Amino acid sequence: MTLTALRTRLVEWVPAILVFFAGIAIWQLSIDIFNIQKFLLPKPWAIVSAFWTQRSTLWSAGWLTLKEAAGGFALGSAAGILIAAVLARFRRLGEALMPIAIAANAVPIIAFSPIFNAWFDPLSSKPRMATAAVLCFFPVMVNTLRGLTSVRPSQVELMRSYAAGELQIFRRVRIPTALPFVFSALKVATVLAMIGAIVADYFGTFGSLGITIKNSVSLFDFETAWAAILMASILGVLMYVAVSLVERIVLQWDPTRQERGTA
Amino acid sequence: MIVVSIAGLTKTFPKGNVTALQEIDLQIEPGEFVSLIGPSGCGKSTMLRLIGDLTPPSSGTVEVNGKSAHQARLDHDYGMVFQDSVLFDWRTVAKNIALPLEMLGWARAKRKQRVDEMLNLVELLGFGDHHPWQLSGGMQMRVAIARALSFEPALLLMDEPFGALDEMTRERLNIELLEIWRRMSSTIVFVTHSISEAVFLSTRVVVMSPRPGRIAGTVDIDLPQPRSADTREDPRFFEKVTEVRELLRGVGADEHGSVLAEETA
Repeated sequence: MTLTALRTRLVEWVPAILVFFAGIAIWQLSIDIFNIQKFLLPKPWAIVSAFWTQRSTLWSAGWLTLKEAAGGFALGSAAGILIAAVLARFRRLGEALMPIAIAANAVPIIAFSPIFNAWFDPLSSKPRMATAAVLCFFPVMVNTLRGLTSVRPSQVELMRSYAAGELQIFRRVRIPTALPFVFSALKVATVLAMIGAIVADYFGTFGSLGITIKNSVSLFDFETAWAAILMASILGVLMYVAVSLVERIVLQWDPTRQERGTA
Repeated sequence: MIVVSIAGLTKTFPKGNVTALQEIDLQIEPGEFVSLIGPSGCGKSTMLRLIGDLTPPSSGTVEVNGKSAHQARLDHDYGMVFQDSVLFDWRTVAKNIALPLEMLGWARAKRKQRVDEMLNLVELLGFGDHHPWQLSGGMQMRVAIARALSFEPALLLMDEPFGALDEMTRERLNIELLEIWRRMSSTIVFVTHSISEAVFLSTRVVVMSPRPGRIAGTVDIDLPQPRSADTREDPRFFEKVTEVRELLRGVGADEHGSVLAEETA
């Protein structure tokens, strides 16, 4: 990147950064002005200092929850992509199962979290991973299937004119067409995985972020609760950014990305 | 040997019980440039797809190079160019052209050499690393033609390839196509809506009538080769255009407008 391009980029970020710090400043000031109790909302600075003093506990709790979220994300997304590939190959089956999948997607899966504790060893991270995985599965599956089947008929005809079989068409046309759909689903799935892992933590994972939040609140240690939320947010953003980076490398060819200037 | 041999070909679509083509007989010899022209619904695109074995006939036979159309497709006997260029966005121009070569299992070095030859042929040298969306419509169509020609099929099936282009680009690509046809001594079956394009390009124009699709007549175009921009100003060119237009009027094309309106504009 040239220097001028870098400068233009930085200038584009200036408004967002200003708004961010203005928001923090308003937050800090309004607590003093309106005399807001700390159990309602601690001062930002108090949250940051709690984050710093308890960084080692928060980090180990965050690492545990991140492993649950990332494991669930990997499992759920892989299963979603695989099942979508099978349903795309056997279209009849896909059409029969799609309404069921969409209905299942509307079920608040997070409600099953305590049940997963009964299904799997509640002391292991398996029930948390399962919650995260099931949350990730449906959006990834539905979007991948949509991508795999949204190939233009003319592209399939072109391949058939080259005597291509179903497998060749799948590899050379369906998969590349589906990739932008898959990545937008994966980005949503990172957020869902983090939500799933933390909510499942509430039902008892010793030393996890969810439990840290819950226990700190019951001890009236709101700064620590907020610091744990800050940690959860940072980890969530990290997962999202990681997937976005892979997307940026894999989808360099995508014209819709070029137009947005993100590639 | 006959390149394309069609006998008693009928195609009906069960949906709406439409007879797209009825009892078509047509023989195309090596080196011919045959245009299929007719109003919408005369089945000219369907005929091209039947020759390419992209849709099965309801009855009758289609033979390509003396074998069934199905076998000819499996043997890569033809290259097809569609109405829209059908390029893959995730492949560069060079990789789009190399697609059929990959499917044929050519080695990388051989592929690269052929792609360079093709880029040269369609005058796109230096655009190999571009992606399709970075090119104009006319350039995209040239990539599609290069791709269809890359594996040197003796038969080229073209379905209104220049229909979406402006008049000037279309006329230039017409001349380029004739040059390619002459250089590669291939056989071309060309579907078009434009009378002047059909007359300018072809050695024979097949006029089709709609509902059901039938061959209304054929016009041999014996204008001198090679053809150039001057050909379009030759009085014999206008005679042939008039002859084709009269045939089209006979099949009621003026009721449907499209073919004649375009020519008088």
